[in-house]
Amino acid sequence: MSAEGHEIPLLEMRGVNTHYGAVHILKDVNLAIYPGELVCLLGGNASGKSTTLKTLLGMVTPTTGEVVLDGEAVTKESTSYRVERGITMVPENRRLFKRLSVLENLELGAYLRKDREQIALDLERIFDLFPRVKERLGQKSGTLSGGEQQMVAMGRALMSNPRVLLMDEPSMGLAPALVQTNFELIQQIHEEGVAIFMVEQNANMALSIADRGWVLQTGRVVLDDAADALLANPDLRASYLGEVGSA
Amino acid sequence: MNNDVGLKNNAPNKSQYPWLRAVRFSLLGSLASVFIALSGMPVGLDRRAIIYPVLSLGFLAILWIPVAMAAAAGNETVLEGMEARKRGFVDVGVGALVGLGSTSGICCLMVLIKNFDLRDPFVNWSPQLLDLLSYRQNISVGIGIWLLVGAGLGAFGGLTHLISGFSRRLILNFVFAVIGVSVLETIVTDLSEGFGLAWVTDLMYYKRGGLEIYGALFVGIVSVTVLLLLRRRTTTTRERFNSLSLNDQSRVKFISIIAGSLSLAILPFFLGKITNELLANVGLFVLLALGLNIVVGLAGILDLGYVAFFAVGGYTTAVLTSPDSPGFSPELPWPIALIVVVVLTGIVGLFIGAPVIRMRGDYLAIVTLGFGEIIRLLFLSDWLSDWFGGAQGITNIPGVEVGFATIKGTDPRSVFLLVLFFCAVAIYVSWRLEKSRLGRAWMAIREDEDVAEAMGINTTNTKLMAFVVGAVLASFSGAIFAAKVGSIFPTSFIMLVSIIILVVVIVGGMGNISGVIVGTVVLIGVLGGPKQPGLLQEFSQFKLLIYGALLVWMMLKRPEGLIPNIRRTRELHQDEFLQDAWLKGQIDSEEDNADSNVRKEGKNL
Repeated sequence: MSAEGHEIPLLEMRGVNTHYGAVHILKDVNLAIYPGELVCLLGGNASGKSTTLKTLLGMVTPTTGEVVLDGEAVTKESTSYRVERGITMVPENRRLFKRLSVLENLELGAYLRKDREQIALDLERIFDLFPRVKERLGQKSGTLSGGEQQMVAMGRALMSNPRVLLMDEPSMGLAPALVQTNFELIQQIHEEGVAIFMVEQNANMALSIADRGWVLQTGRVVLDDAADALLANPDLRASYLGEVGSA
Repeated sequence: MNNDVGLKNNAPNKSQYPWLRAVRFSLLGSLASVFIALSGMPVGLDRRAIIYPVLSLGFLAILWIPVAMAAAAGNETVLEGMEARKRGFVDVGVGALVGLGSTSGICCLMVLIKNFDLRDPFVNWSPQLLDLLSYRQNISVGIGIWLLVGAGLGAFGGLTHLISGFSRRLILNFVFAVIGVSVLETIVTDLSEGFGLAWVTDLMYYKRGGLEIYGALFVGIVSVTVLLLLRRRTTTTRERFNSLSLNDQSRVKFISIIAGSLSLAILPFFLGKITNELLANVGLFVLLALGLNIVVGLAGILDLGYVAFFAVGGYTTAVLTSPDSPGFSPELPWPIALIVVVVLTGIVGLFIGAPVIRMRGDYLAIVTLGFGEIIRLLFLSDWLSDWFGGAQGITNIPGVEVGFATIKGTDPRSVFLLVLFFCAVAIYVSWRLEKSRLGRAWMAIREDEDVAEAMGINTTNTKLMAFVVGAVLASFSGAIFAAKVGSIFPTSFIMLVSIIILVVVIVGGMGNISGVIVGTVVLIGVLGGPKQPGLLQEFSQFKLLIYGALLVWMMLKRPEGLIPNIRRTRELHQDEFLQDAWLKGQIDSEEDNADSNVRKEGKNL
């Protein structure tokens, strides 16, 4: 695991096994995300990607193993506790609070925070990042276009002032033209110093911006390498990037 | 959809009269009037005159149909880029035809009643109905009259599309004022007695109910004059209000709220017993509706067993205050009992909520329905009858001592004042909660529970809070109810209470405080609660039918409720809104002043 000089991972999964009922979903998964990194988790359908995210965020409790946030074991802690300590998620398909206004959505992102002045500053920061969002503040978020919704979803997540941002399939359901912009946005957020853990089906695109990546197959991490290496990996090319190779 | 005929005829710039629509509404009118006739409404309500001796409530129950259908058939949306169809006498003609069609159902029904006896499935298939429908004449004469009346009313309905907006408003105002004043006779006489104007109402009303003909004319003319006088004034007032600064606007709002509540507090002293009693009942339901509004409207938890908390509030008060309480009788004064009641109901809310809250949607609704019944059955059971008296209930509950007076059921005025006080508290609490962090969390959970959790909201606790706050508001209502009625029985807490409160909240507009209040006042006040009579006591038999019909109609046509909250209107008519806003360039203008719109979003609507 290359860590670019960082010693302590920001978020870590140690030997996590997760079950849904009797079904074994995650099998001895070890992941580590270092401060300021952009990493991605690849995998086919039902490989356990979303469960990984839910386990990290505490919406699913692992059967064995530990989730460690900044050196502190948070396996037994609630989602609120973890959000307060700097993890947050941009859910799959954005899932804004559709009938609330854009501003209300953003404010809900900062639900657990009490530092009003800093919240106001963060709001400004998000407006700088996504000027479109500022234009839409009073509008119902459900009436926004897909791309704008993605911005609000990211903004909402950023409002909790996270150190790690979990992203569940950020490019899903977006028009092809928007996918590229979307990845640029992710990079932009990344440049602000937020570590990003991205789950993505669009392997090629994800790896092109990520530092490192894992490949999950039926709940087991089968590949763990730097993004460039993964991109060049013949096995991966065969299974996920097949079209690219033949094109 | 109204213009599909126009499009088919290849007339892109002119739409023609929507004939298909007219046929559809005729059929609808026919069916509706036959249904109403067979529901027994006309016969049951014939005794109550609206305008003596011309029109009875029974006939009104059918006669509104041709007018409404003809008017509805003539409605059409003008499509963008198409010229509006020129209104003309074709509208009146078609209106008459639609009216004719609507009444034809009644005519067929008369012939059928005359020749067949279908009393077995249709309870109201009776000679009395035929007698009434044929105006106690020969059946052919009856049919003739109906067709004539139908055509006339239909033509009137069509005519409403021909005349300009303001004169239409005048006419409608006239009609509704007459019907309203006649229907609300009890409260009008009561009010006029309070203000020493009893002689006016004595003149206006026929002594066995209903307006006299000249009374009706008088009422209509007065209403029209008032409208004419106020017309200019309201627009200028509104303009002036809008031109005020935001700060001043809120100050004006504040002052009007204070003035409104003061006049409400003085009002009971001008009212008689019946009206005060009615208002007290309405107030009890306002309390319940406000509580349920928090649970259903804000937090999105569909609680069908809300009556449970009303029951717990009532029974706890009874046990704590009544000397006749069978098991445990501390005979506490009401205000102290109330504290215990609130705490206890809150705990019951927690206990019922804790298992229920983990469920979602339909499952939650069904389980709460079950809990509502369980609570009632517990109070009814022999097992607990040593505590709650079983079917005998608890009697002899004392009134509320407030130093200088006792508030009890025999003095509805004092009850109303007490209810008013608690309503004010409930309104304030609801309003503050809606704006609070907790309120936001509720709304987030209503929208998307998983994401709300991912934002760090503790969804279980937050939902439980909604349950508990709702329970506490219901317990206020229960406590007042117990003191007001003086005795308490399990039959007061049937499932129907939960359902009716829910209907009231939906009709008023979920998640909208003023809408919920207006909805309750209108529905409970006019139609009555599950056991409480409303202004239209005659309708009590058909109350549930009307509630049901109203609910269906509201869900189809105005899902945002009677007084739409801008927020809800937008979310429910989002597509239309988007289209409209886009076409009128409103989204762009919104962008320009996005900042100022943040607080009062949707002002452009």
